[in-house]
Amino acid sequence: MSKYLLIQSKSPWESGDVAQFYALARELGKAGGEVTFFLVQNGVMSARTGAKDAAFDQLLGENVRLLADDFSLRERAIERGTLKPGVKPGAIDEVVDLLAAGAKALWH
Amino acid sequence: MATITIGIMNPPYESANTPTAFRMVDAAIRKGHDVNVFCYEGATALGYAGQKQHPNAVHGASIEEEDHPNPKEWIKALLAFANEKQVKLVWCNCGLCVDERGVENQIEGVCRGSPVDAWKYCERSDGVLLIGTE
Repeated sequence: MSKYLLIQSKSPWESGDVAQFYALARELGKAGGEVTFFLVQNGVMSARTGAKDAAFDQLLGENVRLLADDFSLRERAIERGTLKPGVKPGAIDEVVDLLAAGAKALWH
Repeated sequence: MATITIGIMNPPYESANTPTAFRMVDAAIRKGHDVNVFCYEGATALGYAGQKQHPNAVHGASIEEEDHPNPKEWIKALLAFANEKQVKLVWCNCGLCVDERGVENQIEGVCRGSPVDAWKYCERSDGVLLIGTE
């Protein structure tokens, strides 16, 4: 099974491509890939409960592991308890571990 | 232990991508991995030795009080950290990009290469991440 690491650094309110990146993660998961979707920088904004991002919400419950960079969350005063169900805080170490394990990585 | 290659393109002082990339390099070294960093386009100015700190006139802070961090210092720290952990950190600039920008005066430890070197780093790596500007 192929491992994929998709890193989302932008919020959907600053780039029109973000929804397509979510869709790519969803499709890779549906195709049987082991997908980690890592939110970093402004990418974490969609993970807040109440954030209106329908395309992101379609990822919740899919075969995709959703992580939000703990440093980016702290910078933006986003508490762990306010994340949407299915999104967990993660350290940048998770990215390094996946790269070291040979995951195919994409940055957006 | 693994080898990881990270490509950076953003110039200094402009994007959150830069500190994120530095954090990845730091974490990889901490975990004992060898790391290649290939700087392309504006990222070749990250290691420019001519970077200077400045005071903050708005807040009335001197250079020392402001202690504004320059990316060349972060690269120095990462190179020192790699040395301490006895892992290999290669920090390579695209030579053509360096010449275009006139940033030949780089800190010690930064090398000069070409996209061919970037390709070789990638080919020999367990994991590769390119952080583009857009």
